[in-house]
Amino acid sequence: MSMLKNVTIGQYYPGDSVVHRLDPRTKLGLSVAFIVMLFVVKGFLPYVWLAALVLLVAQIASVPLKVMMRGLKPLTFIIGLTFLLHVFTTRGGVTLWQLGFLRIDSHGLAQGAFLSIRLIMLVVATSLLTLTTSPIALTDGLEHILSPGAKLGLPAHELAMMMTIALRFIPTLIDEADKIMRAQLARGADFETGGLIKRAKNLLPLLVPLFVSAFRRADELAMAMEARAYRGGKGRTRLKELQYTSSDFWAYCLSGLAFVAAYYLGRWA
Amino acid sequence: MPINIKNLSCIYSADTPFEVRALDGISLDIGAGEFIGIIGPTGSGKSTLVQHFNGLIRPTQGQVLVDGRDLADKTTDLRAVRQNVGLVFQYPEHQLFEETVFADVAFGPKNQGVPEAELRERVHEALALVGLEPEGIVDRSPFELSGGQMRRVAIAGVLAMRPQVLVLDEPTAGLDPEGRDELLAQLGQLHSGSGMTVILVSHSMEDIARVATRLIVLAGGKLVADGPPRTVFTQAKMLTDIGLGVPQVTELMLALRERGYDVPAVALSVEEACATILELSYRGEQR
Repeated sequence: MSMLKNVTIGQYYPGDSVVHRLDPRTKLGLSVAFIVMLFVVKGFLPYVWLAALVLLVAQIASVPLKVMMRGLKPLTFIIGLTFLLHVFTTRGGVTLWQLGFLRIDSHGLAQGAFLSIRLIMLVVATSLLTLTTSPIALTDGLEHILSPGAKLGLPAHELAMMMTIALRFIPTLIDEADKIMRAQLARGADFETGGLIKRAKNLLPLLVPLFVSAFRRADELAMAMEARAYRGGKGRTRLKELQYTSSDFWAYCLSGLAFVAAYYLGRWA
Repeated sequence: MPINIKNLSCIYSADTPFEVRALDGISLDIGAGEFIGIIGPTGSGKSTLVQHFNGLIRPTQGQVLVDGRDLADKTTDLRAVRQNVGLVFQYPEHQLFEETVFADVAFGPKNQGVPEAELRERVHEALALVGLEPEGIVDRSPFELSGGQMRRVAIAGVLAMRPQVLVLDEPTAGLDPEGRDELLAQLGQLHSGSGMTVILVSHSMEDIARVATRLIVLAGGKLVADGPPRTVFTQAKMLTDIGLGVPQVTELMLALRERGYDVPAVALSVEEACATILELSYRGEQR
């Protein structure tokens, strides 16, 4: 029951910090730059620097560490697997441990740790973006960034609208699934025991009503939008125009400096 | 089957900015065979409270005993509890999923392990209890029924498990007046006929005043009143303050009293109010 409540990706953590108030385009751009940096720099030292940067931003946004780390939970398995694969397959350096065909070399250990940290930082940095930016602001920013593509036939507005609607309905559908699950549990349904096939079959009482309600909702939403004369992006004005402010300027400057520092830290180390 | 609740609290989304204290120190004893109405404004914790009755929410603070079994205890068989305490959610028709009405109503008993041979009897009995003619409906798809029929089929799905306690969360929401009256009458029959404990959650005073023999009022997660409807409705001011109000006929009685007429403070049904007023005018003529 409670497992459905643990989905953090796309979960906004409200606040009123400088980070929250930054233009979504700035945050999107800097997040992409940060991810690029993660792949460009080599060595542990710049990673420590970048991690400190993330923690600093989280501190300014007053997002608790615990909340940021929640996004990692579903990825524990992948991160662990990445670590183990590299530890056992990368050769070189000093052999630390050997048992039959299994061997751990110092390079493998370093490589495994490095790539796991990269994955963790990737997830934490992107969840910092979604935690401090409301989904609406995020798609607004995205629409702006994609709008030059409209000349090439890219339906920027429609894509952004689809994303907005999808994001908007994630919590609704989770709630709905939760409710149906409880209703079926009350009728003695069993979602937790049995083999893979039996479990998949047991999900039917959850999935059928969920699909029925999702279609009904989609239908109602389309009606409601048309009733309010929605006709796509053409000639559409906005209530809140995105506006760069001086804090965006400073965010670009300071982050740019920090990224350059990370790059040279990697070269130097 | 008694349900005993001691000092129950429930907090949603603890340690986040969304933290909500849904229940706050609720203590309550529900005896076998009672007909209880739980009322409270939206967000008062009604739904949260009733989900504690069958262990859908495990108590984290305080204690819930169902027939003496502690629901916080990890070794308690919750499926057995859920079999005895049937819970009908809001808009229960949204949980229908099977191809036929028969299969959907039989879902609960099947999960209980009721043998195939007995299923037919159970399904027919449950459908009859909610006022549906079993023969004409069992082979139809639940999705082609009318809204009111779907609601009844969904309630039958819970009744087919033969619970000793039946909890219904806003069962009349979205029904037309006729459908609502029928459903409430059937609940009354269920209660008097089988001695089932019925717990009705609603924010409609009118509905509850007519059928319940005991009223529990929640506001902001706290229990603010508990007693027979007549006693609870005398606290008209408190009920209005928390956003509930009293039944219209009780309001009428109160207005009459304010103007100096000697009438009882509470009326639970239109018929009762009617009789009181007739008597009043009769006395007036005599004077």
